Amino acid sequence: MQRLDRLKESPSQTAGPYVHIGCVPSFAGIEGVYPEDLGRAMITGDAKGERITLTGRVFDGTGTPLRDAMIEIWQADAAGLFNSPAETRGSADPAFAGWGRQPTDGETGIYAFETVKPGRVPFPDGRLQAPHITMWIVARGINLGLSTRVYFEDEAEANAADPILSRIEHKARVPTLMARRAGSVHTFDIHLQGENETIFFDV
Amino acid sequence: MHNNPPETGAFYPRDPDWHPQALTPGYKTSVLRAPQRAKISFDPTLGEIAGPAFGHGLLGPLDNDLILNFASPGESAIGERIIVHGRVQDERGRGVGGTLVEFWQANAGGRYRHKKDAYLAPLDPNFGGCGRTITDAAGYYSFRTIKPGPYPWPNGVNDWRPRHIHFSVFGTGFAQRLITQMYFEGDPLIDICPIVNTIRDQAAIGQLIAPMDMANTVPMDAMAYKFDITLRGRRSTMFENRREGN
Repeated sequence: MQRLDRLKESPSQTAGPYVHIGCVPSFAGIEGVYPEDLGRAMITGDAKGERITLTGRVFDGTGTPLRDAMIEIWQADAAGLFNSPAETRGSADPAFAGWGRQPTDGETGIYAFETVKPGRVPFPDGRLQAPHITMWIVARGINLGLSTRVYFEDEAEANAADPILSRIEHKARVPTLMARRAGSVHTFDIHLQGENETIFFDV
Repeated sequence: MHNNPPETGAFYPRDPDWHPQALTPGYKTSVLRAPQRAKISFDPTLGEIAGPAFGHGLLGPLDNDLILNFASPGESAIGERIIVHGRVQDERGRGVGGTLVEFWQANAGGRYRHKKDAYLAPLDPNFGGCGRTITDAAGYYSFRTIKPGPYPWPNGVNDWRPRHIHFSVFGTGFAQRLITQMYFEGDPLIDICPIVNTIRDQAAIGQLIAPMDMANTVPMDAMAYKFDITLRGRRSTMFENRREGN
């Protein structure tokens, strides 16, 4: 019989407490190596769509906010297109990167992204997904980066029809994926453990 | 790269037995930060299959030279000069070209340039500890640095990290995103490190240990270590993304 000859993915290791040195060096106090921290600005011009702030904290099992985490988000533009070579349906808004990176604050644990409300993106079977933002969280004590999705609580109709949300068996957990809106500010807290543990995805 | 259409196949599932589990009590910080409920699985959608791309225009001339990129003019970082090089590939063995690789590390004395590192070893005024590069079309990368020192850390009473360099790799799809650490061949601290030992499979640990590479050593200048990084593979795109009924 032939062999599949597949390699194994390099195993993950924690990003550690000093992830900022490599990824957001100015947060670590290192200036002058790069012009600015990568991913700080997602909007690079006159981006189309509704401007929003996505903010929140990451809580451990005692309810203490993580003050050493780093969060990345990745999303479609207002028209539902990704700014990526793998986007074959059209060209995304050139003034919107779609990807951003922020540390949680060293004192308060608050993260914040200035971004645009994403458009809807089709599921592989053609159904439209509800507007959402993919989020990836790394920190000291997290051995493999955690993936989740940020949905918007004021998109009730789209959320009800979303192929991912609708396959979640325990409906009581779905609210852990909903950002709460106050004006243009959408708050999304992540709970690593406990009664309100955020849904994390294996994708 | 530019001559080939982008790949849009979904990724192979991750092997949870190869990666460390979330709850690894030997690494105490994981205990309160480990999710306790099962992850929910789904086949990747476009948001996971696509990912951000960074052009070579991002890079400054010293971004991949940690010996010089924080040093005063005419000076250089203290420590054993080394070259780290290798290939970013996927599980099919294909090189991942044009992808951003970021790295960070402690200085030769085991001290990080970070406001939260209070280890008594001194900072090196000529060493910042961060660098980045973008792989060439075949997936190869290289950078120059100094060999980081081991250091003690608060976990057990007397735990020490082996010498290591942190790596952040993007790949072409966001679901390939990976952060890991590179260790050095022969370091006796590897076997007793609680963070290394979050990985249960010795072969998986071995995948993170870079061998000394005499062939790529620069005589009278720098030692070399080779570190290949493997990202998740993709399915063939031929039968992907069909709408229902097709």
